Amino acid sequence: MSIWREAGLVAGKDLRIEARSRVAVSQILPFGLIVILLFAFALDPDRGFLARTAPGLFWIAVLLASLLAIGRAFQTEEQHNARDGLRLAGLDGAAIFLGKAGAIALELLALEIVLGAGVVLLYNVNVHGIAILILTSVAATIGLASTGTLYGVLAAGIRLRETLLPLLLLPVLAPVMLGATRAFEDGLEGAPGNAWPWVALLGIFAVLYTAIGVLAFGPLWEES
Amino acid sequence: MPLVVRLRSAVCLLGRFPALAGVGLDVEAGEIVLLAGPNGAGKTTLLRLIAGLVPLYSGEASVFDTDLTVDRRAARRRLALVGHETFCYDDLTVRENLRFVARASGGDGATVDSTIDRLGLAAVADLTHRKLSAGQRRRLALGTAIVRDPELLLLDEPHAGLDADGRAVLHEIVAAAPGEGRTVLMASHELDLARALATREVRVDSGQTNTLSPLNPPTMAPTPMVSTEVSIPVESPEARQR
Repeated sequence: MSIWREAGLVAGKDLRIEARSRVAVSQILPFGLIVILLFAFALDPDRGFLARTAPGLFWIAVLLASLLAIGRAFQTEEQHNARDGLRLAGLDGAAIFLGKAGAIALELLALEIVLGAGVVLLYNVNVHGIAILILTSVAATIGLASTGTLYGVLAAGIRLRETLLPLLLLPVLAPVMLGATRAFEDGLEGAPGNAWPWVALLGIFAVLYTAIGVLAFGPLWEES
Repeated sequence: MPLVVRLRSAVCLLGRFPALAGVGLDVEAGEIVLLAGPNGAGKTTLLRLIAGLVPLYSGEASVFDTDLTVDRRAARRRLALVGHETFCYDDLTVRENLRFVARASGGDGATVDSTIDRLGLAAVADLTHRKLSAGQRRRLALGTAIVRDPELLLLDEPHAGLDADGRAVLHEIVAAAPGEGRTVLMASHELDLARALATREVRVDSGQTNTLSPLNPPTMAPTPMVSTEVSIPVESPEARQR
């Protein structure tokens, strides 16, 4: 079986579990919306401050919600020791990484669409440069998912993983936060040309962490 | 008969505790071997070592001629383990769990329906794992092993949680194993039930000694065991380091 077929099998399994359990819809998505809503309450919308800071607030909400999605992706493997079952199947570690990261990325993209709509409505944001926003989202999401999957397996099996994962992950994701926020700012200000260096940074980050994950996930998975 | 499992002075550590402290074991193709011993003797660790789920600290271990110190993954596609947990996902149905295991193990899922029928799970095939009773979950765990059509079947306390019908299914599967080209290694405290199936008994005590009864030729039908005991001297890790 090819690595892509194995990855598709793992991704399909994870997405089916999420669709069936509705955790993403009933917990992760509402959490992201609540964060966005709280920003709207805390920061005065009348002075245009919310609209100016909307890109940063949007990506903070995505980042926080992604922590839940990543934790959830590995929590399902803990139930009934399913992780051992996955190991025994003899799947390639790289395929498991790509499958899990792919499923997380799809969940995050769906989350970003809903949160993006929430930001536009609540923060009174005028949307420009749709193409650059989509490219930024895709590149940033791949980076988030790859890094999250890699650090998720590092934290898996550790007793305090729920608190350890954000501590490990958030500092590493600072470049994603910075690049995605700046690219969104440039896109929304109607200067998409200025956003390309940031999109390139996000692309490099995504490729780098995907490559590291493909190489390192297998051994980490075996020892977790 | 070719050796399926070969262990020599195998030592496994759980933390710093030597769960296996020098186990020697040969299992030939087609055997049904019973691992007997008290709680904490190391039976589960022994099965997990053979499945490649725990690393070998020292000694020699090979499964299907694959050295486990070199590659713990290579033999996995040829074996299946029924452990204390089901290794299944709560939010997938019986059918979905079996199909995933079959496909992940390189199969096409064609045997899923026949496995469901064989395990008596047809009535609950479309229920999620979380809605199953304990006994149904044990049957499903057995199903996830059988659906992979393994050459080596590792069973850890397979009778636990099974009702009379479930035990009958288990016995049918184990008894038919040699005829289906499988070798079985099972750890059980239900000695009377397990001995009725086994062709050989291996005693594991404190992960340090094995006492073997002689091999009976494996057949399609379970054969009664003759028990003559042989002790294998075991060298402790400390002694080996000296």
